[in-house]
Amino acid sequence: MSEPRTMFEKIWNEHIVYQEPNKQAVLYIDLQLVHEVTSPQAFEGLRLSGRKVRRPELTIATPDHNVPTTDRQLPILDPISRKQVETLRSNCQEFGITLFDLDDPRQGVVHIIGPEQGLTLPGMTIVCGDSHTATHGAFGSLAFGIGTSEVEHVLATQTLLQSKPRTLELRVDGRLAPGVTAKDLILYLIGQIGTAGGTGYVIEYTGEAILALSMEERMTVCNMSIEAGARAGMIAPDAVTADYLRGRNHAPADFEAAVKRWRSLPSDAGATFDTSRVFSAADIAPQVTWGTNPGHVLPVTAKVPQPSDFEDETERRSTARALEYMGLTPGTPLQNVDIDRVFIGSCTNGRIEDLRAAAAVAKGHQVAENVNAMVVPGSSVVRDQAMQEGLHKVFEQAGFEWREAGCSMCLAMNPDKLSPGERCASTSNRNFEGRQGKDGRTHLVSPAMAAASAIRGHFVDIRDWEYSK
Amino acid sequence: MQVFRQHCGIVVTMDRADVDTDQIIPKQFLKRIERSGFEEFLFFDWRYDDSGASNPDFELNQPNAAGAGILIARRNFGCGSSREHAVWALENYGIRVVIAESFADIFYSNCFQNGVLPIVLPVEQIDELFRRASGSPYALTVDLEQKTVCDEEGLNLSFDIDDFRRECLLQGLDNIAQTLQQESRISQYEERNADRLARN
Repeated sequence: MSEPRTMFEKIWNEHIVYQEPNKQAVLYIDLQLVHEVTSPQAFEGLRLSGRKVRRPELTIATPDHNVPTTDRQLPILDPISRKQVETLRSNCQEFGITLFDLDDPRQGVVHIIGPEQGLTLPGMTIVCGDSHTATHGAFGSLAFGIGTSEVEHVLATQTLLQSKPRTLELRVDGRLAPGVTAKDLILYLIGQIGTAGGTGYVIEYTGEAILALSMEERMTVCNMSIEAGARAGMIAPDAVTADYLRGRNHAPADFEAAVKRWRSLPSDAGATFDTSRVFSAADIAPQVTWGTNPGHVLPVTAKVPQPSDFEDETERRSTARALEYMGLTPGTPLQNVDIDRVFIGSCTNGRIEDLRAAAAVAKGHQVAENVNAMVVPGSSVVRDQAMQEGLHKVFEQAGFEWREAGCSMCLAMNPDKLSPGERCASTSNRNFEGRQGKDGRTHLVSPAMAAASAIRGHFVDIRDWEYSK
Repeated sequence: MQVFRQHCGIVVTMDRADVDTDQIIPKQFLKRIERSGFEEFLFFDWRYDDSGASNPDFELNQPNAAGAGILIARRNFGCGSSREHAVWALENYGIRVVIAESFADIFYSNCFQNGVLPIVLPVEQIDELFRRASGSPYALTVDLEQKTVCDEEGLNLSFDIDDFRRECLLQGLDNIAQTLQQESRISQYEERNADRLARN
């Protein structure tokens, strides 16, 4: 009998092309996703060195970060954004890469469209010049973000030089309570292990609470692995995974044979991780971030902390600075914090189930006066699906703006951004200073919590929400 | 790639943890398609006030940090977005060494691609460096061959670094050219796994 292995080790070993002792492994990359922001310098590097793309059919590109979420018929107004999107277009043409362009019904945020098109499959290695590539690990793939030089390396060689990371198991026992979502689960875990708790590791999420999640919820969890410092997060593939992928555009032709192969991927019984931590789903309440990194998070029932709550001097100073930036007074109940803006969308929470959850809350209500709320589907496919279900009507009747697909105000590279001092309940992944606009104040929450905050004008405990029929 | 053997430079200290790449290079400057010219945007939102004037409180704007080539910070430096623009901005500005208690993984890898040396030192040694750098301009000499950080007053610290990455920096090796030397192995791998790599 061979030694029991983790899912990570199986995928890692399967993809080693070559490794000299004490050197990095040359790791084969099955799929590269490309967007307009982190790729132009990589293509330029290829041109300067006279290199080609080794396997153009293993790369897929789409514009997402810069794209306007208003009328798609109009040209992009910002000339620098427009040039970046046009550069992606010409690079894809020159190097023979498939592009889901702005007018393509498959366009969307890279981490939404990979799974949606069935490009993301269990057992694969997947990279993208984007830290939220960990999203794809939800399918039992090894997926991680890379820099632009590495994007060029993959384009030229279809491989990457990598040191083997350590493995971290985060097991969540029991079931999430009603009203507590995958977003709350991952925010809670980040709060527990810290923003650098996963540095140097690949996380495997295990346990009853994880396996009970839908495919889209699993993506939300894996998506934010980087917010705990881990380049990759993964979840074992099972029937939920197969059911999601069956019938998708790029799903394997012999699907049942593929499903059979995927059964060998999950970590073997008795496989050991470098580190394992166990949590209880019963301890998790709906979460709200209060500070300027995703580890600054508390249950919605809590109060804004004060610096002296923390033992570590660096943490105390960081808290004081964060509170000043966020304009919050220690001791204020989080539910008393008023908001100005709401953003529902992003690669974390811009999928159809997220929009359904937000619409269910919004139905029959009105967005509070003085609050501006927008819904940005993660992809054009999600947008079409939502419109077929009439969700856009629910949102519009409740006073939410209904937009085109893109990254939008998750990072505010397009015209969607906060004004200085504005406070936003956001379903995105980062509450860094200025992330959604200079001097803007971001609080990360689940889609249901974001919708409820839009209606009340302040944070609310979604567990108390009365849903309209 | 730029060779790195030794660097002697003025130190700028940032007594902050979790400095994320959104701060190092804010998103509005990621729209450029070039790899150079990012120096004026480094730490833009912290470095300048709303009128565009230099913020006198910010670390890089301190008189003793003028012309700095070595940045020292606290834990988890470079967390968040994978944007290599953060390293380009530091390098374009003239920072060749970043010393911190710890680094985020992607930022750490990106440094090596651009001839910037990230050095991890224990908290006590970082504390000592902060103390020594608190007054007049303070210089350090970083020697990658010897794996040491020294000042002119007798401080001599050693650091660990992966041998392969060290070699790449010392020789300024192009990773892509190196990997392409294994081209036949890559082809063999592709043949062995042709079924799996066939895109439907």
